[in-house]
Amino acid sequence: MSASALPDGAASKAPGPGGTTPVLEVRDLVKHYGGTTVLAGIDLVVAENQVVTLIGASGSGKSTLLRCVDLLEEVDDGRILLDGVDVSDPRADAAAAQRRMAIVFQGYNLFPHMTAAQNVALAPRVVHGVPAREADERGRELLERVGLETFAGSYPDRLSGGQQQRVAIARALAVRPRLLLLDEITSALDPELVGEVLKIVGELADGGMTILMATHEMGFAKQVSDTVCFLDGGRVLESGPPEQVLGDPVQERTRQFVARVVAERLS
Amino acid sequence: MAVVGRDGARTEVTHAVAPSPLALERAAYRRSRARRSTLVAVVSTLVFAAALVLLVTNSPGWPRVRATFFDPATAWESLPAVLAGLWLNVRVLVAAEIGILVLGLLLAVLRTLRGPVFFPVRALAIGYVDLFRGVPLIIALYLIGFGVPGLRLQGVPTDAAVLGTVTLILVYSAYVSEVFRAGIESVHPSQRMAARSLGLTHRQSMRLVILPQAVRRVLPPLLNDFVALQKDVGLISVLGAVDAVRAAQIQQANSFNFTPYVVAALLFVLLAVPTGRIADALSARAARRQGAV
Repeated sequence: MSASALPDGAASKAPGPGGTTPVLEVRDLVKHYGGTTVLAGIDLVVAENQVVTLIGASGSGKSTLLRCVDLLEEVDDGRILLDGVDVSDPRADAAAAQRRMAIVFQGYNLFPHMTAAQNVALAPRVVHGVPAREADERGRELLERVGLETFAGSYPDRLSGGQQQRVAIARALAVRPRLLLLDEITSALDPELVGEVLKIVGELADGGMTILMATHEMGFAKQVSDTVCFLDGGRVLESGPPEQVLGDPVQERTRQFVARVVAERLS
Repeated sequence: MAVVGRDGARTEVTHAVAPSPLALERAAYRRSRARRSTLVAVVSTLVFAAALVLLVTNSPGWPRVRATFFDPATAWESLPAVLAGLWLNVRVLVAAEIGILVLGLLLAVLRTLRGPVFFPVRALAIGYVDLFRGVPLIIALYLIGFGVPGLRLQGVPTDAAVLGTVTLILVYSAYVSEVFRAGIESVHPSQRMAARSLGLTHRQSMRLVILPQAVRRVLPPLLNDFVALQKDVGLISVLGAVDAVRAAQIQQANSFNFTPYVVAALLFVLLAVPTGRIADALSARAARRQGAV
């Protein structure tokens, strides 16, 4: 468990192409659940305005990694640096770090007793101290941006899965995150609803949002990612530009995985 | 994933086409079966009720029992005193229920606090619930109703109704805190995670995210406890407070007729009926909501 916890530059993967200022640096991250090791030393960097995509089989640790980065799980070893500050340190202000990130979950996790507008305006109001009127106004703009301005007063159970996920994205954007985390946000959606959600993510990526996301949508990953990381056995087995990792992978495991996912999509 | 109607199962579907003869014939059959079922239910109920009435009224002691428990003149005479007593019950009920909800909710929230720092608080809350759920209400009433004034402390109330109310709050809040706790634990952990990821503090996520959902879910069992409390307020009579039960007892001691007790019982039932209907309606609404989520 206490292997090399030091920030070891040599062990880390090179940042993606065009990477400038690193927003997120993950160094030798380890996470166990009971006896199983889910993350066995992850290294990755997300630079400003970049989209880094995690791919890999179910159980390869993508969601765990995202939850660790968002400090929703305690890490067992390694470091998570947000803008150069180690936020995984128990002495660090975790809440302050969480305020600078936002995550969208696979299962939406909207608050069912609040309307779409209330969901979006909650964190700006109670966490960031934005006056109610301004928070509502910003919430309306965000709902408009995800194409749901007419559903502002609707409760989540009246919305389709795709609409709920778009509200969840608006809710995440409402805190103006430095880093946006997307955890397989289309996996729970019917195929015909996937497009409406991915379109918004594409627009965010084009707008320069710094994103770390896990997905099974290979075509989409290829389109928007600057770097794709293939996770296998709790490690980043291969990472690089999408054309390389998805088109011409070096590792045999990556090749198998990509081939299988593509075959499933076509079948 | 599609939009599901919140108002649930029975949504009328308007047919664009006229039903076929097959559908009409089947609908007629279903209606005739339904009529038959209703008829059987009505007849069996009437037969059962008639048998019960005959059994009771033909029993050898019936005239005595009727005169002792169901005497209309005594009932009418005792009504004002019993009603006046019931007014005390209602006031105790309202005061106790407010105290129970506040204390119960506080205990439930205290038990959810995590971390070793809060161990004493959690342990105290657990001990409190164990104690007051276990002790028979009537013994708690004696201990507090007679024991506390016996201490002769300055400024401590000695009024039987006040001490009875305090006892009811102590005992019932133990039950109600468990209901609230069940509600809090029924909210999926992903809700807490979503709240935390947005940067809400433990307190904010409890107040704004967890409790509103928890309370909504436990409204029916809370109302059930409220109905139980409605009749248990009658127990404060053992402390000498002149409530409906005590008023009935005084009347009975004058006339040696038990009818005033029956009058009190009827009034308690009348008090409980609306609460029961509200609980049913809320349960039904909650079930529909659950189905829709």
